[in-house]
Amino acid sequence: MTARIGVVTFPGSLDDRDAQRAVRVAGAEAVALWHGDADLRDVDAVVLPGGFSYGDYLRCGAIARFAPIMNEIIAAAGRGLPVLGICNGFQILCESHLLPGALIRNDVRRFVCRDQWLRIENARTAWTSQYDDGQEILVPLKNGEGGYVADDDTLDRLEGEGRVVARYLHDNPNGSYRDIAGITNEAGNVVGLMPHPEHAVESLTGPTTDGVGFFTSILADLVEA
Amino acid sequence: MDTIKHAEATPDLPQPYAELGLKDDEYDRIRGILGRRPTSSELAMYSVMWSEHCSYKSSKVHLRQFGEKTPPQAADILLVGIGENAGVVDVGHGLAVTFKIESHNHPSYVEPYQGAATGVGGIVRDILTMGARPVAVMDPLRFGPADADDTRRVLPGVVAGIGGYGNCLGLPTIGGEVVFDETYLGNPLVNALCVGVLPHDRLQTAHASGEGNLVILFGAKTGGDGIGGVSVLASETFAEGGPSKRPSVQVGDPFAEKVLIEACQELFERQLVTGIQDLGGAGISCATSELASNGDGGMHVWLDRVPLRDSTLAPEEILMSESQERMCAVVEPARLTAFLGVCEKWDVEATVIGEVTDGTRLTIDWHGERIVDVPPRTVAHDGPVYERPLARPVGQDALQADEPTAERLPRPQTPMQLRATLLAMVASPNLAGKGWVTDQYDRYVLGNTVLAQPEDSGVVRIDEASGLGVAVATDGNARHVALDPYLGAQLALAEAYRNVATTGAAPLAVTNCLNFGSPEDPSVMWQFAEAVRGLADGCQTLGVPVTGGNVSFYNQTGDVAILPTPVIGVLGVIDDVARRTPMAWGDEGDVIVLLGDTRDELGGSEWARLQGHLGGRPPRVDLEQERQLAQVLVAGSRDGVLTAAHDVSMGGLAQTLVEMALASGRGARIDLPGTASAFVALFSESSGRVVATVRPSDEARFARACAGHGVSLTRLGVVGSGVDASLGFTGQFDVPLADLRQAHEATFPSLFD
Repeated sequence: MTARIGVVTFPGSLDDRDAQRAVRVAGAEAVALWHGDADLRDVDAVVLPGGFSYGDYLRCGAIARFAPIMNEIIAAAGRGLPVLGICNGFQILCESHLLPGALIRNDVRRFVCRDQWLRIENARTAWTSQYDDGQEILVPLKNGEGGYVADDDTLDRLEGEGRVVARYLHDNPNGSYRDIAGITNEAGNVVGLMPHPEHAVESLTGPTTDGVGFFTSILADLVEA
Repeated sequence: MDTIKHAEATPDLPQPYAELGLKDDEYDRIRGILGRRPTSSELAMYSVMWSEHCSYKSSKVHLRQFGEKTPPQAADILLVGIGENAGVVDVGHGLAVTFKIESHNHPSYVEPYQGAATGVGGIVRDILTMGARPVAVMDPLRFGPADADDTRRVLPGVVAGIGGYGNCLGLPTIGGEVVFDETYLGNPLVNALCVGVLPHDRLQTAHASGEGNLVILFGAKTGGDGIGGVSVLASETFAEGGPSKRPSVQVGDPFAEKVLIEACQELFERQLVTGIQDLGGAGISCATSELASNGDGGMHVWLDRVPLRDSTLAPEEILMSESQERMCAVVEPARLTAFLGVCEKWDVEATVIGEVTDGTRLTIDWHGERIVDVPPRTVAHDGPVYERPLARPVGQDALQADEPTAERLPRPQTPMQLRATLLAMVASPNLAGKGWVTDQYDRYVLGNTVLAQPEDSGVVRIDEASGLGVAVATDGNARHVALDPYLGAQLALAEAYRNVATTGAAPLAVTNCLNFGSPEDPSVMWQFAEAVRGLADGCQTLGVPVTGGNVSFYNQTGDVAILPTPVIGVLGVIDDVARRTPMAWGDEGDVIVLLGDTRDELGGSEWARLQGHLGGRPPRVDLEQERQLAQVLVAGSRDGVLTAAHDVSMGGLAQTLVEMALASGRGARIDLPGTASAFVALFSESSGRVVATVRPSDEARFARACAGHGVSLTRLGVVGSGVDASLGFTGQFDVPLADLRQAHEATFPSLFD
């Protein structure tokens, strides 16, 4: 019995099939979830994929946060369901207040697509246990509104509690405060990440296979549990 | 309200046909067809559908050659040829690929962001209409001088528009071109190509058949944007001091198109549509008349049922509106509920606006009154056809005689001069790294991109189980075409064909976007006719059929036409994308070889451009040799012999070596072939050449394969290490890779940041 990992499709989701592929590459079963269904289909974990949900009108993720499935996800995350938000998914998690802070327009004021070095700062979350603390990985980054911002108190608390999951190395691509690329909640089951590990799971199509670890981590986490 | 009755009662009412772009004899012809004066709605329909952009009235007589000279290979691979929204090619495994390129030049000059964005949107809907899932886009672009003020207005807007729309649709941008030339300052070119994939049995066509079947308009609401875009923007030249044409540019909403794509995939999969047509130029006029014209009956439309964004729009405006993200489907009544269910799932508005009738007419009512009653074929397909006069330009002989010989243009001689030339060239805007542009495009989405810019062609996997993939490249060197349109078009074809083969794919089929000046100028028409003849002959020789394309005329500023710019797209197939050949050269110790012959051919070259010179003859083209070279490259990929390959074109061998070295991070020591001067060896743009790397153990085998195909092979050197790497030319000069990278990559940020 393999783990069932749900991938939510909102209108405007783009990387949903990529996330499903990454789940399969890691050895789990990918389960398609529909934004309009208030039903998590008994999945063991959920990925909110990248894209432009509802056209990212109003603010990125602001409308998706009110989708029927998000009520279920918010409640289940409170009970410990592992949730990974990638790019637009990260934005939705912030809009849902499952994670603190917000993501704003890149400081370069352009969409940026490139291969990005990251340092894993916290290898103890449900989604990063297969990495080592301090491990450097190379995965694609692609966003127009990926600048992570929060007030100083929040940033200090995130740093102090070890909740910065990944940090940009070398060149900060989007103006994120303190080079933050990803964070987790207090319990470590909800992770938001601006870069795209699901695009680095095959050497044929990605710059590396460094992204697989996020998906094997959740598998290991679920097996242990 | 100008109804049919009113038109019959007022036969002599003056009509603004000239303002709508119709000539006197065209207007008379419409009166002849109808036996009365057209209503204002009919006049609107005829004027947009008979515009140059929609009717191909000046180009048709030449484009016929693509059909007449179709190579025999076409019969084996073409599921749909020229004339439909896009050609469809069988690629095996039960799959087909459709691809097409289109221009959105004039809108992108007026409003760069929206013009370019809706250019992407339009070509994606063409591909969607064939029943395909769009899988990749490419964008060949041409701008004025990189340092011109207006280029700083146009280029960032165009790039952001392509990215803003394409990224939001979830389509990877896998290639394209960015070329600068004085000729495009007042008329940039924004061409967009889309590739789609479909199972054979999902193929759709644009026809309305079956009496009682319903005509459904779905997607975005109809607004006032883009009204007259076709006739006013695409078929007229920009004149100084004219009124602003901004309202004629369409505004795009990529989210609306994304859900339209997904809704259409479900509609196709569940076989809910009988016929389908996208709404692009000429909007509802085009979709209804083409569907009816292709069908076996008539059509009736209740125009007042069209959902509007602006309730004040008149029927003529609704007919002409080019609002984006709309499609029109013909659906059996029994499938209506299921059809509407799919649309509702994706929040796509769908409205029954008409039905297929047993008659032969297209009739349109507005609140119960008949405003259109026409034979649809006369609108959609039987428009005027012109044999425009052609004349070889007066200066053509003098242009060709002005060869860039060493006497005419002083050439760098010493090692120091050659080194300085190389560094200046790799930093020049046309040869510099384009990362500033391409990093604004998502190349990863869908997870199937195997190669993307700056590789020779974009390669995407289309079947995960087998690894089947397709490769696409676009090319077009307007300077070569200006010197000799026949050969220039063949050179563009040869380069795109070679670029596909260089990545390991077998070239299969061709699309084209023919960007020219005014067809009313006999010199331009001669260039056009020669380019089309060259392309048709070339495709016949290479055995790759033209599957469709687009003609863009009236690209000029005042009376001055742009350099003739046919952009040629070639599609190839690769059985297993795992064996694609990248451009970054292989491991340290791999042998670097040059395939093909180098001659003293600098006419129209990039080096000559940097000296401010355009003249002489373009490089020779030998299509049979290209075929042999392609076979060597495809076999080399299949046999795993090639560790890298990269085309030699703009900028010559020097540029190719620099790009391969920078992509890999490894240097090399090169022995330039002694048959030509170092200058010619480095900067000549002789066609039919590729640089490749092979493992030392495969060198002899590869050399035998080349000899077997009559492809000449010259050993250039060996790939060096990645530590303190440099590119050195024996007896000439050395440049550290770090210096090359700085020169190559700093140009765009310094121009556009």
